[in-house]
Amino acid sequence: MPLFDKKDKSRYATFTRRSLGLGGGMALVFGVLAGRLYQLQIRDGDQYMTEAEDNRINERLLAPPRGRIFDRFGVELANNRRNYRVLLVAEQATEGVEQALDTIGKVIAISEAQKKRVLATLAQNKKFVPVPVAENLSWEEFSRINMHLPYLPGVQPDVGETRDYPFNDELVHILGYVAQVSPGDKKNDEDPLLDIPGYRIGKRGIERQYDDALRGKAGASRVEVNAYGRVIRELGHDAGEPGQDIWLTIDHDVQQFVSQRLGNESAACIVTDVATGDIIAMASTPGYDPNLFNVGISPDQWKDLTINDHKPLLDKVMSGVYPPGSTFKPVVALAAVEAGLATPDYRVSCNGATTLGNHTFHCWKKGGHGTLDLEGGLKNSCDVFFYETARRLGIDKIQEVALKLGMGAPTGIELPGEKSGFIPSRAWKQKRYGVAWQQGDTMSCGIGQGYVTATPLQLALEVSRIASGRNITPRLVHMVGNEPTRREAAAPLDLSEQGLARVREGMNQVTNVPGGTAYAFRIAEPGFEMAGKTGTAQVRAYSQEEHLRGVTKDSALEWKLRDHGLFIAFAPVAQPKYACACLVEHGAVGHPQVLMARDILLHTQKRDPLGMPAAYPVKAASLTGSPVR
Amino acid sequence: MISRPYAAAKRTLGVTEKLLEVNWGLVLLIGIIATGGIAMLYSVAGGHFHPWALSQLSKFVVGLFILVVAATIDVRVWMSLAYPAYAVALLLLIAVDVAGHEGLGAQRWIALGPIELQPSELMKVSLVLALARFLHGKSVEEVSKPLNLGIALAMIGIPALFVVIEPNLGTTLIIVADGCALLFLAGLSWYWITPALAAVATAVPLAWRFVLHDYQKARVMTFLDPEADALGAGWNITQAKIAIGSGGVSGKGFLNGTQSRLNFLPEKQTDFIFTNFGEEFGFVGSVALLILFAVVIFYGIQIATGARSQFSRLLAMGITLNFFFYIMINGLMVMGLIPVVGIPMPLLSYGGTAMLTVMFGFGLLMSVHVHRQVEIPRHSGGII
Repeated sequence: MPLFDKKDKSRYATFTRRSLGLGGGMALVFGVLAGRLYQLQIRDGDQYMTEAEDNRINERLLAPPRGRIFDRFGVELANNRRNYRVLLVAEQATEGVEQALDTIGKVIAISEAQKKRVLATLAQNKKFVPVPVAENLSWEEFSRINMHLPYLPGVQPDVGETRDYPFNDELVHILGYVAQVSPGDKKNDEDPLLDIPGYRIGKRGIERQYDDALRGKAGASRVEVNAYGRVIRELGHDAGEPGQDIWLTIDHDVQQFVSQRLGNESAACIVTDVATGDIIAMASTPGYDPNLFNVGISPDQWKDLTINDHKPLLDKVMSGVYPPGSTFKPVVALAAVEAGLATPDYRVSCNGATTLGNHTFHCWKKGGHGTLDLEGGLKNSCDVFFYETARRLGIDKIQEVALKLGMGAPTGIELPGEKSGFIPSRAWKQKRYGVAWQQGDTMSCGIGQGYVTATPLQLALEVSRIASGRNITPRLVHMVGNEPTRREAAAPLDLSEQGLARVREGMNQVTNVPGGTAYAFRIAEPGFEMAGKTGTAQVRAYSQEEHLRGVTKDSALEWKLRDHGLFIAFAPVAQPKYACACLVEHGAVGHPQVLMARDILLHTQKRDPLGMPAAYPVKAASLTGSPVR
Repeated sequence: MISRPYAAAKRTLGVTEKLLEVNWGLVLLIGIIATGGIAMLYSVAGGHFHPWALSQLSKFVVGLFILVVAATIDVRVWMSLAYPAYAVALLLLIAVDVAGHEGLGAQRWIALGPIELQPSELMKVSLVLALARFLHGKSVEEVSKPLNLGIALAMIGIPALFVVIEPNLGTTLIIVADGCALLFLAGLSWYWITPALAAVATAVPLAWRFVLHDYQKARVMTFLDPEADALGAGWNITQAKIAIGSGGVSGKGFLNGTQSRLNFLPEKQTDFIFTNFGEEFGFVGSVALLILFAVVIFYGIQIATGARSQFSRLLAMGITLNFFFYIMINGLMVMGLIPVVGIPMPLLSYGGTAMLTVMFGFGLLMSVHVHRQVEIPRHSGGII
């Protein structure tokens, strides 16, 4: 049998033909592969290059340390402390974020509300952004998380910084607080820092007013990460700029004394340097703990703050507006001297009441004070004296002097939310009510009632200007970073020195001459004597019948209906250095505000912060001096 | 004219002569590709010989030895061993379904003492041998006879069935494609081929419905829209495309690929090794690699058509096609043109069994080349 027959030949031919056919098919497939490579690497290469870089590089924003806040002697009033926290990165949580939260919940306690908040935050952010799950952990909790880390994909333990207010509620109305960024905050602010989950910005007080300086500039870290998000190495690092420190004019020692002295009263008190307007202490009580807002305030705690009738959230110093009552009388007295009305011979006779038309204006003292000069009017706080004086002066002159003493307009203190008291004018009443100004209106204003209102801060400014005779403005911030805040030396007030001296003397008699309305509360220690003026702000109008019954004596009334007690003072009398304004809401009984102001002024004088060298950092440039040629 | 090759076949070549007959150019080509693979394994390990490159190198050296030994063994010996090899491979395949252990979600491995085997890899070579042996004795007319065709299809279908239930869709496809290609090369009539192609076209939707596993369906769905679930099942395809695409024209340079080094690439050392190649050497390097592969295949076709016996021709072409199918499926897969099926890139991917079977296949191809003048009677069964 032939080995190589016809059949073999034909099938060899078939094989070769079909092999070449398959070879052609294979060449075609290689062509497809090469075409695909062209597509991926050349046509779309740039796009894939970008995606590979995106894969590889994560850009992380770094929050710079927030600037600290110091008092004038370098005491830290707001600083940063370590914050042990747990972050979650959605794209690395291989079993899903909810599962991850459940697992974390087995290691440290997480509430349902917290979980909800975290899920919401995760949904708002890109998948690679670390979102805080729990903050301010104890070292023990933090260690537990670290120990279980291998079983917690996507979880990053982190040591961040959190704001701390070491003196809790003592300075809350000055410092304010920081809290989480709200969606509204992001609308008007394009700082990338706000996009860092868990970032806090200033919401009130200095923290808010100087937020830009305190924040600093965002830094960034470019890191190479692997597919699991683990950082392999850092490719670039921009530390950003740390926030600037802020130095206040406050003396923490006095501030603490004031805060403790006000105690639980619904009260406000300001201590100023009369020569410069620097605020030495400023408190509104009751306060609240600003740390609560930083770590997250609970609904219950918030409710407690809002329903409290002592209004802890309100800064009564600059946002509380009250009728100044008798603390306005020095303004009227000064206007009387300025107008040439209250000459040294000027006398008003008080028999307990005066009339205008068929309306009777009562003096607080039923029997009347007899005949009084200007100083006597202030000493006795005689209502009839000031009704009469105001009536003769007219509102225009009173308004003019009140404005010169800093009332009727915001003082411009470096805090958000300052309210302005009010000094009425003829034009205003005509415009507002369509009625002409009446003499009776002027008379009410003469004793600080009627349309006149002021904040305790404005009263502090009033008394400071009277005491120094200078056109000072209140100041709270001495330095931002290394830059002292700009201010010009205060010019003398556009008021006669003679008038100011007479008003000071009247105020001296209030406290230091027997029979003065605050003589019982004087500072007896030689050299520390204060001059002051008491005041009562009516919360409600009394009826004629109540007047007769003696309800105005107040102690019979429910707390909320009682008058507010006011007191303004400066000391020492001979050479005024410090001024103080004090308000106790519904506190007219027993004059607690006078006692407080006395104690505070005495304490301040004895410590004498103005006599001690402040610890403000000296600007570097001024140390080096001018270069030698 | 007829007697010269016959006489040549009668003359027995010595071992030295045989070694001289080996196509060393092809061996060099294989060596270059394998070296590229080892370099890639060095790269994806972050510039280390451990854990893959050194181990792969040792397997390649063993494979090279196997290649040369297989090349010097008479092709008729291989013919005699065809059926027993097929039987052994089939038994191992059954054994792996019963006793094998799972790797990557599928039962594919069997432990024979210290050696771990993938019987499905053995089956690819054994089936080519056995089918070549069977079809060697059949003329063009006989191949298309229902009985012969039935036997051949059973030889393909039985192992395919055991591989598909492992489950290992990729290898099943290669086995079936290899078998069918050999039938086609042996001269199967178009009267069979045309309706068969039509039947396959209708069977695909049915298979989708009733045969494919969920994970296989998921792969297909993922393939169709990888970005829909870019962090889940679509991850492989998306990241593989990013790796290859980011290589650009000239690549990021050896050891500078970021995708695989930073673990963005799954299975970077095995099935997806080509993506690292594409990332580091770019379009230029990748096309050069494809050209090397094409030249190997060209050599294979040349050897097949140059052999003087039908067994040798079918064997050589079967081995060549097998090699090609690997490249095709793996290439299309890593470039996102077909769904992910577990098929390595020959000579490049890390893996002992694959390397050894590929090298053994080249050994058989080389044996065909060395013994290209040997003529084998149509009814011969080999020489042992």
